[in-house]
Amino acid sequence: MFPSAFDYHRASSIDDALDLLASHSEAKFLAGGHSLIPMMKLRLAEPGVLIDIGRLDELKGISEDNGSIRVGSLTTHAALAASEALRRDCPILAEAAALIADPQVRNKGTIGGNIAHADPASDLPAVLVALGATIHLKSKSADRPVAAADFFVDLLATSLADNEIMTAIEIPKLGAGTGSAYLKVEHPASGYAVCGAAALITIANGSVSAAKLAFNGVTAIPFAADGVSEALLGSDAGDEAVDRAMAALAVADPMSDSYASGEYRTALARAYGKRAIRAARDRAA
Amino acid sequence: MSVLGSSIKRREDPALITGKGKYTDDFSAPGMLHAVMVRSPFGHARVKAIDIAAAAGAPGVAAVYTAANITASGTPGVIPTAWLLPNLKTPAHTLLATDRVRYVGHPVAVLLAESRAAATDAAALVKVDYEPLPAVVDPKAAVAEGAPLLYDEAPGNIAFDWELGDKAATDAAFSGAAKTATLTFRNNRTLPHAIEPRAALAAWDSENGKLTLTMTSQNPHVHRLLMTIASLGLPEHKIRVIAPEVGGGFGSKIHHYADEAIAAWCSIQIKRPVKWTATRTESNLTDAHGRDHWSTAGIAIDGDGKIVGLRIETHAAMGAYLSTFAPAVPTYLYGTLFSGQYDIPAIHVHVIGTFTNTAPVDALRGAGRPEATFAVERMMDAGAAAAGLDPAEFRRRNFIQPDAFPYQTQVALAYDSGNYPQALDKALKLADYDGLRARQAERRADPKGGKLLGIGLSSYIEACGIAPSAVVGSLGAQAGLWESAKVRVHPSGSVTVYSGSCAHGQGHETTFSQIVSDRLGIDMDQIDIVQGDTEEVQFGMGTYGSRSAAVGGSAIVKSLDKIIAKGKKIAAHLLEASVDDIEFENGEFKVKGSPGQAKAWGEVVLNAYLAHNLPEDLEPGLEETSFYDPANFTYPFGTHVAIVEIDPETGEIEILRYVAVDDCGNQINPMIVEGQIHGGIAHGLGQALWEEARYDESGQLTSGTLLDYALPRAHHLVTYELEHTVTPCPHNPLGVKGIGEAGAIASPAAVANAVCDALKPFGVDHVDMPFTPEKIWRTLQGRGS
Repeated sequence: MFPSAFDYHRASSIDDALDLLASHSEAKFLAGGHSLIPMMKLRLAEPGVLIDIGRLDELKGISEDNGSIRVGSLTTHAALAASEALRRDCPILAEAAALIADPQVRNKGTIGGNIAHADPASDLPAVLVALGATIHLKSKSADRPVAAADFFVDLLATSLADNEIMTAIEIPKLGAGTGSAYLKVEHPASGYAVCGAAALITIANGSVSAAKLAFNGVTAIPFAADGVSEALLGSDAGDEAVDRAMAALAVADPMSDSYASGEYRTALARAYGKRAIRAARDRAA
Repeated sequence: MSVLGSSIKRREDPALITGKGKYTDDFSAPGMLHAVMVRSPFGHARVKAIDIAAAAGAPGVAAVYTAANITASGTPGVIPTAWLLPNLKTPAHTLLATDRVRYVGHPVAVLLAESRAAATDAAALVKVDYEPLPAVVDPKAAVAEGAPLLYDEAPGNIAFDWELGDKAATDAAFSGAAKTATLTFRNNRTLPHAIEPRAALAAWDSENGKLTLTMTSQNPHVHRLLMTIASLGLPEHKIRVIAPEVGGGFGSKIHHYADEAIAAWCSIQIKRPVKWTATRTESNLTDAHGRDHWSTAGIAIDGDGKIVGLRIETHAAMGAYLSTFAPAVPTYLYGTLFSGQYDIPAIHVHVIGTFTNTAPVDALRGAGRPEATFAVERMMDAGAAAAGLDPAEFRRRNFIQPDAFPYQTQVALAYDSGNYPQALDKALKLADYDGLRARQAERRADPKGGKLLGIGLSSYIEACGIAPSAVVGSLGAQAGLWESAKVRVHPSGSVTVYSGSCAHGQGHETTFSQIVSDRLGIDMDQIDIVQGDTEEVQFGMGTYGSRSAAVGGSAIVKSLDKIIAKGKKIAAHLLEASVDDIEFENGEFKVKGSPGQAKAWGEVVLNAYLAHNLPEDLEPGLEETSFYDPANFTYPFGTHVAIVEIDPETGEIEILRYVAVDDCGNQINPMIVEGQIHGGIAHGLGQALWEEARYDESGQLTSGTLLDYALPRAHHLVTYELEHTVTPCPHNPLGVKGIGEAGAIASPAAVANAVCDALKPFGVDHVDMPFTPEKIWRTLQGRGS
């Protein structure tokens, strides 16, 4: 299929991108194009103007300082998966990025485009929520950091304002004693997550000192199972303790489609949440 | 080593894998317009009015046509059904819908524009006033009282009511049986998904009144003939159909659809070339789908575990109209297979074909035989359970024995050759069946056994090498199913073969060249194979039904035999010997028993053309044409073993191993045979585990895109473990049987039997395909082992 007709502008800088955005209503940023272009071809999205930000080098790349890793919004999934810094200090993000779609998509698709699109079945949102990542947004007048947990508002909707561009995602480094895992049940056709479980477990002196469990694909926005996380605190994170903690899982309004009902998605969350916690625990050791 | 039987790399591949192959959509013509169809968004509706004004005035639009224009042109515009059954209802089917649309995708108008983009934009401006009607999409629901009616002339939506076998004898066998088992099951509807969508480029030459139609076709001569006698009404010699590279078909490019003929009619009407290429969505909506059965089957067994009777009643969806060969698929290509590999004294098959508000159903890889194999092999497992026997042992007790061939079944077919116990034994050994069963027993005994292990057998038979013309004629085919081949030997000794087969991925350029190279003793690079052009090839029935090696290849052999016979006459004349004393070997005509008395191939060929010194009664030249009509179907067979593991917590299924032992007779190119088996198994695993064309109640195809219709991908599959046995076909000169469909025929039943085997401790005796995780999870909910 062909998209509807649209005008195309290539931004030369972040400021230029924001100027172009301000001067065109109905404009959309084009980054890797792997969510937007398919929707345009199906005419589910018909933006009148595309602002191509794909060549803005200042939005690309991964850098680190003492406590955190800063990922430019135009960084590709392939770059996330291959990043030495991430694999060392935040392996769950590299692990999840490597599970996105196929190599072609990972080579073009970007982290910023992915989370700005906010597909509930995408792989990165739950990971960023579990990590407590910060999303950096920028308008002509201000920079605005938003916590990942607050960024996702609804199905395909975020707190990104009409006059803003996403510049970076800042991720705290995981310290010693923290294990992480992202496990995914893939839709056999689309490759999207029917259920993706992201778990982080910190074990100190034989007991859980911090825990986080979040899901993609189960609800309209990434879902943090804080009841489970809290129930794990202080436990030995043994299989029985994990089972007990998982009893606290309560999924409100699970998504439902012809492949997986809400009831089944909840069952998957129960099974894969447990498995992700166990895997994170084993890696924390 | 003989060239025949060698795994020579495919000659066609360098061009294809470097992107140099030219497919229909790669062709253009000066002044070409692009056609886009306006299609019904409703499963069933009355068409009250069509307003084309806005679309006709849109930028770049050259014309918008509706059914009224076709009628006014005097073109017959009828799409035919080419296989007729007794009392078959054949409602009129026109190129464009007139007053009713009966499935989503039914074309109601065609729009021509200077670019495809302009045509796509403008097509959205055609305003059709529809009055939606209630729809029926399920083959069984279609016959229920009060179901929406598609055609007044087909009460109960019944297209045909067909039976085969001896009902009284079968009923009697069930009455007297020691044990019986019954299952009700669905054979899920699937989409063909050729990687290249259907396409056509029609170029009308008004000076000569001649149409050249380049199109995606598995059988260009059949398309031409059907267009002559039904849709276009042009004289046959005034239509040239060319099938260039064709990117897969799986049956979907056999049939005569509306779109290609509409493109042709448009070109004639507007006197400019017209191209139409389906989008992936259009392909899914309008390519003929496969399967879509509901069945209830019974098996009756005596006290020794011998089958005494088998019966089945099937409701088969035909879709909104009867596609080209549709009526044959769930009848003669299905009911005739119900003896499977087994000696069954009484069989009865009853099939009701129903009209539904869906895309038509027609031949799709296996065409009837996967459905039959699924039914027979599921019943073999049900029978084994009823008899208290291991599924392998139950099969073994009931096999037709190797010394019983030819074997006349109770359902019309006469099997030519086979050795079923040998294939089963080989498969069981390769799979380590006894070891697997032991592991399964251990796991089942362990309360913390974890994943559920399932082992499934499928001992399949298929009838291919389609088909003896007189036989299929007596069964309703409106065509003979022979094949033709012309072998042209050029004066310098190289050869061009004009084959009526029409490869679309099968590798004929390689395998047919191997046949020629073997028979004539000349190098492969001295041989070309021409297919797919009605102007170059004499006539051809095309490629489907695993027929090209057995029928098309045999036609080539027949022509080669004539070439060699003529060569012998020339050689005998040159050598002053008797023709009877000439033998042809390794490219030389030799006098038997006289070493050194020989003429090389090239010399004999050149003499045929020089004609300076030929026997008196011999014409110059060296070119022979044959029309080979097979004496019987061929009957490939084998046993496949699927080994699966189910996660009881989530219902997810993993294929651990897949073992296949196939017997397709002699193999011309084992690498190509293996490739066909791989593709076929993947196709069948797709049907078993993921694929389902689902329609909602209003007739919307809800799994019409690749975002929700799951085709198997490489990472879903395992490395197959393949072996074969060789039981040559006794009635064709190559001893070949065909292998294009075997994998797709065998594998759904193997997986189904494995999944149901894994669930057996939970008291589950059947689950329907596709085995999606949620379905398995739901099946396990509330059941203890």
